[in-house]
Amino acid sequence: MSHGNMNLTLKVWKQKNKAERGRFETFDAKGISPDMSFLEMFDVVNEKLISDGKEPIVFDHDCREGICGMCSMYINGRPHGPKEGITTCQLHMRSFKDGDTIVVEPWRSAAFPVIKDLVVDRSSFDRIMSAGGFVSINTGSANDANNILIPKDDADTAFNAAACIGCGACVAACKNSSAMLFVSAKVSQLALLPQGKVERKDRVLNMVKQMDEEGFGSCTNTGACEAECPKSISLENIARMNREYLSATLT
Amino acid sequence: MSNKSGFLNSSIGKKVLMGLTGLFLITFLVVHCFLNSLIFFNDGGLTFNEGGHIMATNWIIRVFEIVLFLGLILHIVQALRLSLDNRKSRPIGYDQYNGAASSSWYSRSMGLLGTLLLIFLIVHLAHFWVKSRFTGLPGEDANGHENLYAVMKETFNITWVVVLYCLSMISLAYHLLHGFQSAFQTLGLNHKKYTPLIKQVGICFSIIIPLIFAAMPLAMHFGLVK
Repeated sequence: MSHGNMNLTLKVWKQKNKAERGRFETFDAKGISPDMSFLEMFDVVNEKLISDGKEPIVFDHDCREGICGMCSMYINGRPHGPKEGITTCQLHMRSFKDGDTIVVEPWRSAAFPVIKDLVVDRSSFDRIMSAGGFVSINTGSANDANNILIPKDDADTAFNAAACIGCGACVAACKNSSAMLFVSAKVSQLALLPQGKVERKDRVLNMVKQMDEEGFGSCTNTGACEAECPKSISLENIARMNREYLSATLT
Repeated sequence: MSNKSGFLNSSIGKKVLMGLTGLFLITFLVVHCFLNSLIFFNDGGLTFNEGGHIMATNWIIRVFEIVLFLGLILHIVQALRLSLDNRKSRPIGYDQYNGAASSSWYSRSMGLLGTLLLIFLIVHLAHFWVKSRFTGLPGEDANGHENLYAVMKETFNITWVVVLYCLSMISLAYHLLHGFQSAFQTLGLNHKKYTPLIKQVGICFSIIIPLIFAAMPLAMHFGLVK
């Protein structure tokens, strides 16, 4: 194994709190293994900073296996770094070259204020979910699996939409900081299934209203969100949400 | 933020209006392109002036002239509103931004392309529309129709005008290349069977229409149409 043979320069956004104006600081990342994940590389840098008596770089992380949606680094101009279909924790240092300078920024959006360094406050997503991203009818105890028949196509499409982990890469990638891909995935996963169809009109109206109030931008259909989404959520969901919204408004 | 309620003030509503006005303007382009292509009959503009005469005297067309201007103004005003709103959504920009990795440059530059088209449109209206509707045209042709063709020939004699028109048609092509298929997506018209077709028709439309438009000043300037 090629262990600990990479030396990199990191240009990282440092920001004390929401109120302070941040700035870039340069750090050396020495003795990095190409087999490390991007977050493990940050762990190594932070260990060194702590042992030197300096403040470590603050970043978000939880599961480190690409399903929690916590890690949120904007690396060299792209959310979750240069590879497609993965989160930052799934990005490995072998995707970079020895001696590279890597620029790491937090998600930039009015609706995602920076809490500290690379950590942003994504509770705007939670408030959108609270506005309608659920089923409120009492479904009782679990039915027999085949009581409600769902076409395989619908089940698959709903499942693909439900793969969204709410990481916010769509917002970070969009030139307008639009949250349409996230919201449309959540609207779609429920609108496609019988249990969710009951409340579909109120749901889409309330979720879009909350999305607008949070200060996210509108959709210009550039497709950047779909390209950068670690779960490859499809743009078809945005069209579906627009249909849902139009029919909920017109009828 | 109570002013954000209501369909037309919602982010989706504003884009739906952009899409609808955009598609309406696309239908206008078809009519405009068809009528102007009558110059290629190369009969000294007799057929073209005939077409112009029909358009000028038909009341449906006169009404649609007003609708067209309203649609155009709506498209521009909405674009400004959306651009200003969207600018507010990211107060601090990225230091490194690799947009090319995930989207086309023209899809991110609709505002810029649209502004270029607006500048062109003002010049274009001053060249032809103002003359034909207000300040008057220079005489009549052999059929006794207003001679808009003569104005065209005179205008396209000027080199910078021809260059401006050709460059503007490149802007139009890229604006359409994104706008055509984007309008359908915004209206929710996305379907596994039809979306690939819409995209292909969009690409053809975006190339053919501006090409025919650009051919007119070029043909006149170089004397291919007399």
